[in-house]
Formats: sequence, C-alpha cells, structure tokens
Amino acid sequence: MREFIDGNTAIVRAALDAGCTFFAGYPITPASSILMTMMRELPRVGGVAIQGEDEIASIGMCIGATLAGARAMTATSGPGISLYSENIGLAIMGEVPLVIVDVQRLGPSTGGATTVSQGDTQFVRWGTAGGFPVIALAPSTVLEAYALTARAFELAERFRCPVFLVTDKELATTLTTVDLKGYPVVALPDRATEAAGTPYRFRPGDKVSPLHEFGRGTTVRFTGSTHDEAGFITKHPPTVEALNRHLIDKIEAHRAEIEMVDADLESGADTLVLGYGITGGAVRAAVAAMRTQGRRVSGVVVQSLWPVPETAIAAAMHGIDRIVVPELNPGLYRREIERLAGGRTVVGVERLDGELIAPAQILEAAA
Amino acid sequence: MTVTIAAPYRNETPYPFCPGCGHGSILDKLDEALRQLDLDPAEVVIVTDIGCAGLSDQYFSTSAFHGLHGRSITYAAGIKLARPELTVIVIMGDGGTGIGGAHLINAARRNIGITVLVFNNLNFGMTGGQHSTTTPAGARTSTTPGGNLEHPLDICGTVGVNGAGYVYRGTSFDADLAVRIADAISHPGFALLDIWELCTAYFVPANKATRRSLEGTIAELGWNRGVLVERPVVDYGTAYRASAAALPPRTQPSPIPIEFVSPLTGPCSLLVAGSAGAKVRSAARLVGEAAIRSGLWVTQRDDYPVTVKTGHSISEVVMAPQPQPPVGGSIPDVAVVASEDGLRKVRGLLEKMSPESRMVTLLEFAGIVTPAILDVVDPAHSPERIPKAALALVLLTVACTRAGLVSAEALRAAAAGPFAAENLAAIEAGLAIAG
Repeated sequence: MREFIDGNTAIVRAALDAGCTFFAGYPITPASSILMTMMRELPRVGGVAIQGEDEIASIGMCIGATLAGARAMTATSGPGISLYSENIGLAIMGEVPLVIVDVQRLGPSTGGATTVSQGDTQFVRWGTAGGFPVIALAPSTVLEAYALTARAFELAERFRCPVFLVTDKELATTLTTVDLKGYPVVALPDRATEAAGTPYRFRPGDKVSPLHEFGRGTTVRFTGSTHDEAGFITKHPPTVEALNRHLIDKIEAHRAEIEMVDADLESGADTLVLGYGITGGAVRAAVAAMRTQGRRVSGVVVQSLWPVPETAIAAAMHGIDRIVVPELNPGLYRREIERLAGGRTVVGVERLDGELIAPAQILEAAA
Repeated sequence: MTVTIAAPYRNETPYPFCPGCGHGSILDKLDEALRQLDLDPAEVVIVTDIGCAGLSDQYFSTSAFHGLHGRSITYAAGIKLARPELTVIVIMGDGGTGIGGAHLINAARRNIGITVLVFNNLNFGMTGGQHSTTTPAGARTSTTPGGNLEHPLDICGTVGVNGAGYVYRGTSFDADLAVRIADAISHPGFALLDIWELCTAYFVPANKATRRSLEGTIAELGWNRGVLVERPVVDYGTAYRASAAALPPRTQPSPIPIEFVSPLTGPCSLLVAGSAGAKVRSAARLVGEAAIRSGLWVTQRDDYPVTVKTGHSISEVVMAPQPQPPVGGSIPDVAVVASEDGLRKVRGLLEKMSPESRMVTLLEFAGIVTPAILDVVDPAHSPERIPKAALALVLLTVACTRAGLVSAEALRAAAAGPFAAENLAAIEAGLAIAG
C-alpha cells in the first residue's frame, strides 16, 4: 500500500511517532500546515499544541514546556527564524532539546510569499549571537522528511541542543507517493531522569547530562546566563571557559554520530555533483543522466548540513577534478565545499527566481 | 496556639540589591507567602528574566528558570501548559511589560494559570536609569532629561480588561502584600500583582521619590490600589485538557491500494492550468490517486496566489513507473487549460511542448500557440450539463483517456470521498466526451 502525502504531513507524523508532546507555532506559509495538523493531532495523544501570539512566544513556550518534561517542536519559515534568534541562543546555552522546523521560502524579508528557496542554509547555523554550533538536518524527499524528523528528536535528546530540520516550500507542499513499508520504525527511549547529580556536565569526555525536569522530586535550576554545573550564574573564568568549550565539544567530538549523507559514488569518477534538500532530486537525476551518457560521475546528497559531513565529503572527493554544487541561493553551501576542495574546481549552479534547479543546468555546469 | 511555619523558601545567599531598593522586601513577602502555602519547593518554579529583579530566583531554594528579557511569561506559560500541577511564579520588572507586552496581554487573555509579580520601580535600574513603559509623565530619567513625554502603561487595567483572573496594585510597603501574593498564587487563573517600589540608585535621586509620592502618583493617574479584579476563571491548560478528552484518536495514514495497471512506460508530466477556487488542485489530486492505484509513482506540485480564491491555480502531476523526484525545468507531456487565469501563467510552457505531446482545452482557447496535438472540447455539446466547478476534472478525464495515462476504472475508484457523486459525474462526462 502506498499513500499520497506532502512533507509537512510526514514531519508531523514522525514527530508524533517520536513522542513529541508539545508544539507551539505562529502561522506562516509554507509552514502553517504543520501548526494546523499539530493543533488537530496533539490533543488526541495527550499532548498540547498552542498558537503563540508571535514566534518569540512560540519558541519560548516550547523551551519552558521542555523543562517541564515535554518533548517539543516548533515550525516556521525564514522570517520566523529571525524572531526565534534570541531563544535559539537560550536553548544552546541552557542545553534544551528542541526540534525547529524551517520551511524555507525565498527571502530576504517577506520575500516571495511563497516560493521555494534554500536561503537559510547558513542562517540556521549562525542565526544567534556567539557562534556556537547547532545541528541541522535537510531532507530531500518526503520519506527522508519523516526519517530525519525522527532523527532530529534523537539528536536533540542525545546532545541537548536545538536541532533544525531544514526543508522548503516544495518539499513541504508537494504531494508525493510513499510506500507505507518504507517508513523507519521510530522508538525514542524515555528521557533519562536522575534524582541526583548535577543538571549540567562540562568536563571533556563526560556524557552530556540528561535533561533535569521541573517537578520530579528535586529542585532544578535553569539559566540562559553563563553558569556552573549546578545551574547557578557565574563569571568565574575557568568555569565559563569549561561551559563554553563543552557547548562546542559536545557536538564537535561526536561528529561521526551526527554527520549524514546519501552518497552514490562511482569508482574512477572525475566529477562530483553535491547538493542537499529539495535540490537533491536534481542531483540524483543529473547523475543518472550523465551516466547514461557514459560519464563517470559521483553524487552526494548531504543530509546533515551542520555539522558539515567532512569525512564523507572528503571520501567522495577522492580522484575528483570538478565538483558541481547546485543550490537555491547565492552559493551558500558552496563555500563549505570550497574550503574542503583542495585544488579542485568547484562550480556553482544557483537559482534565485523561485523555481527548482533543472537537471539540465547541472549537466551544463558539469560539462 | 501553635503556629507551624514551613521551612523558608529563601536560601542563605544575601540579596545583592542597593540600600533602600524595594526588591528585597517584596522577595521577603514572597517567601512569607510560600511559607503560608507550604508548597513543595521542587513543585514551585520561579521564572525570571533580565534586570535587577531578574536576579531574584537565585535567592530561593525552589526550582528556577532564568531567561531572556521580557520573555519570562512565555517560558512560564510553556511550563504551566506542560505540567499544570506546578506552581509557576514570574518575577519581572516594568521593563518586561514593554519588551514583553504582547506576552503579558496574551497570557492574561488566555488565563494561563501563572502568577506574575511586576517589580515596578518606574525605570530601568540595571542599565542606567532609562525610562520604561511605566515611568510617570514628567519624570526625569537618563533618557528623559526634559521630563517624560509618554503616558505610563496601566498594567493592571490592561490585563484586567483582557480577562485576567486576579489583579492587584500596591507598593512594596503594603502590610498585607504577603497575603495578596498567597491569594494570587492560590488563584487558578492568570494572576498579576503590580508592585510599585523605589529605585534608590536612579529614580529616587532624580525625582525625589518617596513611599508617599508613589501612592500620590497612582492617585493622580486616577488608578486604584488593592485587589482590582478577582473573578472565577479556569486555567487554560485545564480547559485545554477538558476539551481534548472527547477527541477521537490520532489520524492514521490513508493507504491507497494498487489494483489497476497503467500502460505508461516512462515518466509523464501532466499540467493542469485553471482558476483558483475552481477545484483544479482537487481534480489533479484525484488523477494522481488514480495513477497510484494503477501502480505509478506520482508527485503533485501546486502553484496558486496567496489570496487563494482569485487568480491562477496550476497543478503539475508527474507520474512514472519509478519514483521521480521533483525537479525544475520540466515541460508538460500532457496539458489541460481550463481558464484564462491558468493560460496566462503557462503560455510559455505550452509553446515548448513537443509535437507528440497533447493538450486539452476549451473552445475559447482553440487559438493557443503550441506544437502539441490540440484537443478542443466544447462542454456545451455534452449531453449532461457540466457545472463550472467540474470543468477541471472533466478536461483532465478527457486528457487522461486520450493520452492513455490512467483507465476509466482507476479514475472512478479514486473518486471516493465526500464529493464522490460530483466527481463521478464529472468523470463520466469526460469519458463521454473522450469517446
């Protein structure tokens, strides 16, 4: 049996299957159907969904609810991520597991309401003060939207940080045929609760402390300011350094666990086509078309935008002369590839008109 | 008589506030209120944000949440919605009523069952004595050197008219403040105490403010002190759970069986262009489901203006024996033009169609420039009258039949649902026209 569903529907289903119990959001095309479906479905499974008075309130409520034991998600588009900015920082600093869906639309500002874009590729990584890392996953199909939503919940719990699911207007709204047997089974463990121990652990090599929830028998302190392992505000330089290093290292030291690509490598290939998100479709189609022309070509669809899957990209670059990077923005991820490319030629295919990249454009750039 | 006093909720850390600042005395009253109520400190969450008042949570042995400026009410709302049994107390300054004004009004309006203590010292004490939303008109601050030109925000009036369950205005000197705080915490709905106090670092020296002048300013504004609102309300989270009790279980996937075969051997892009509000998308979806029933892999991309019911509505249905990801630059193999709105958007694509491709349209568009094989349909010649809302599906049925995409049986099987009768009529009309 198959079904005919869009990406936003798959995201909601995956969230519910992963045990999401709280959602807050504010209407914005093309993310609104996530809000509407959550408002309909969450109360049916004993959760709470609320439409905030704005995006700031929505993410704020998600953070509060998480501290009170919920597993939370919010969804918006670029203009809403702009308003989430300060609270993304709070979630990083306070180590709050939170899934943030960014259904991208063409920007800047209100931009093209509503056409497809991949313009938030760098924004999700650098969109709050301080420069500290987040995790961002980018599905390229409806099935991946389901799988990576579930993965986002796992990573958020494991590393106690905001995890972005970066999609776009076309993935969100295009109805797609999916085989019901194709969905992975999702089973997140119950959040570990510790009656004793500190709510935070900063020492190198320590496992990230499980989230301590309010109202589970012991008092819990949470703060968005620099703090010690007990959650008390401090400016003590060695403690502050340990805290900030921990916020970076907990992700950097576990890149292998987080990095994800869908690689289709061919031995002897001289050309690599590398994309992500909705443009992954054109990458796969272009690779197939070039192979029918007798060309040796590899394809990589990046699934973890952040951290950049450097190990897999380095492996895919072996023996490659020319790398083609198609994206619906002015070359935002290309700079990450250029940084890793050594002396190889990196060619961008950019599209900023609200239309999808055609496989023919990639073929032209790869010629 | 023996009086049992619960363990103090204050911890042993001394307050950091300036001499004469009202914050410490309000916090002592909060401690007293919590002792009266004898709540489990782990079940009490004090939520603070920024400013001198934002430091307060550190002096309590309860649970605590210290967040961003003006957002404490949003965190408190999330905590309360997720765990209604927790006691959630917000401590915010008058600054927060400006930057977080929207949150204040909306939490009151929804009656989120939290207690908000506004430490209202009429200016920004931590950042250098700038004026706030509550600074009285004429008052001198570091940002109103000629005297404040703005009218102060009536916090109590604002939340009171918008449905708050409990509203109190007073000063840090009020003898019954601890009782009022306890009453507010005990109230099930949104409760707010607007507590005026002295900022001895800035507002007092600049304005010669005293306890008496605080009370005088309130009187001059024509505002009352004491309990201003006390009404029976239900906490939002409690009301939410009650309304959710009768809901059905969560929606399950709608599986589509594969029961027919399609003659298609490669991908086919079917474009339908019509007007918004004329059931273009639902007709395209029906064809898509018919194709899935025929074992094909289908995507459907829609384009329509944000106004929804005016202008164009375009759907592109790509069907193929193998999954096809959505990509740009595709030229339709089969096109249906059902209105002028639609034609205007796709004219360029129609010109690029191949001579083997096929296009179905109405008599009025018979002059369209396209290399495609043109099928012109005149609904007026249909034996059954065709309503305008059925036109897209009629033309799509003609197109699918003439181009050999999906069978009549597959279309009929996909016509189920609330509009089954209308859909079946349109399909039969289209089949009759297609011959």
